[in-house]
Amino acid sequence: MNLMFDWSWLGPLGRGFLVTFELTLIAVSAGFVFGLVLAVGRVYGNRPIRLLSTTYLTFFRGTPMLVQIFIIYFGLPSVGIMLSSFTSAILALTLNSAAYQAEYFRGSILAVSKDEMLAVRTLGMTPLQAIRHVVIPQTLRMVIPSWCNQLVNLLKFSSLVYMIRVPELMYQGRLLAMFTYRSFEIFLIVGMMYLGTVVVLSRILRVLERKVRIPGLGAKGA
Amino acid sequence: MKLLRVEDIRKSFGSLQVLDGVSCELEKGETKVIIGPSGTGKSTLLRCINLLTKPDSGRVWLDGVEVTDPKTDINHLRSSIGMVFQNFNLVTHLKVLDNVRIGPMRVKRIDKKCATDLALEKLTRVGLSDKVGSYPAELSGGQQQRVSIARALAMEPKLILFDEPTSALDPELIGEVLAVMEDLAQSGMSLVVVTHEIGFARSVADEVIFLENGRILEQSPPEKMFTEPKHQRTQQFLHKITHLYGHESRAEET
Repeated sequence: MNLMFDWSWLGPLGRGFLVTFELTLIAVSAGFVFGLVLAVGRVYGNRPIRLLSTTYLTFFRGTPMLVQIFIIYFGLPSVGIMLSSFTSAILALTLNSAAYQAEYFRGSILAVSKDEMLAVRTLGMTPLQAIRHVVIPQTLRMVIPSWCNQLVNLLKFSSLVYMIRVPELMYQGRLLAMFTYRSFEIFLIVGMMYLGTVVVLSRILRVLERKVRIPGLGAKGA
Repeated sequence: MKLLRVEDIRKSFGSLQVLDGVSCELEKGETKVIIGPSGTGKSTLLRCINLLTKPDSGRVWLDGVEVTDPKTDINHLRSSIGMVFQNFNLVTHLKVLDNVRIGPMRVKRIDKKCATDLALEKLTRVGLSDKVGSYPAELSGGQQQRVSIARALAMEPKLILFDEPTSALDPELIGEVLAVMEDLAQSGMSLVVVTHEIGFARSVADEVIFLENGRILEQSPPEKMFTEPKHQRTQQFLHKITHLYGHESRAEET
């Protein structure tokens, strides 16, 4: 078997990578905010809020992401909402990521000591203040390892939006493969680009995890 | 006017009647110690005072304001009632200084500079001015409990409730916490203390309440309570307790 690589591929693949990176970054950030709201709502909300949040999570975690992407891009126009393929992609990835992030956040929220919350309530803090100053900061520290999972998954799942012709990495790879008939080499490169990004992002989060560790707590060097 | 008035508090959890009509009063500057077997509602009584637990019936007044009135802003009211817990309950991710100044800053909206000064003053008072930059997990239990007392003090409360403040401590660390509490009592702070530390009760309590099965069985000054308790139940309990915890105040030993 002889492999062939062509430097001219790097242009389109590089552009595709930037779009993938942009999609992931926007979706994970927006999903972060929305996911946190969902998780807080699910843990501390009253019945209707809990129900709403649970229904949302059930839907977005229970259906394939591709179905969600198609509903937004191909389905919404029939009710008069037309979104560009890029906006549809961002929306679908955000809504999906929010659901998963919410579950990770919820797990960490439940792990924060209720007694600490109680103590600041006796200082006169409102429930929201206690959540803001005690629960959220600890939740965010604890959630990093599992949150890293979600980031990595989102990056890889963002490749699905090539189906609605968003010119991201996968889309560019397919296009190149079609023209050059070099599928093996090209998808190998595409795969390595995803892998490299995953490794770098995981490293960054690992450093962050170590940086925000609370002194005196937990196993050393873990 | 009494600083604290508790009137006929009743509370049950399911079919378990935890408090069965408890009434008591506290003058400003007084220290009241509540003793009694476990499960008799001591902690619940404390929690009914700042409404961490809502009593089924009965009323509580603090300094003329009815705590149990649904119209009372309970968050505002809680800011004038300190509480110290058995397990310290310091905020894990905050340094000692932040743990103490977070109340004044976030609840009373005091600016950072003043809140810091206030926190330092209180930390000095409990003997921990050298630990401001430490995290709770880096401190001993006794130090953590003193931080939590400083946290309560930083709100400049009218009353501080102590819920078994030394029960989670190693024996050799109990003295330093009791010493701080004695200092508070002597400086005129009003305290309600649930404890098994008979020595502490003896030396600083103005009155001791013996609570059993959700009722006040006996209520008298410490010298009377500990030398000639009226009820046989009180005698039995005190006998057990003194056997376990000893007569002398540990604060005096240190």
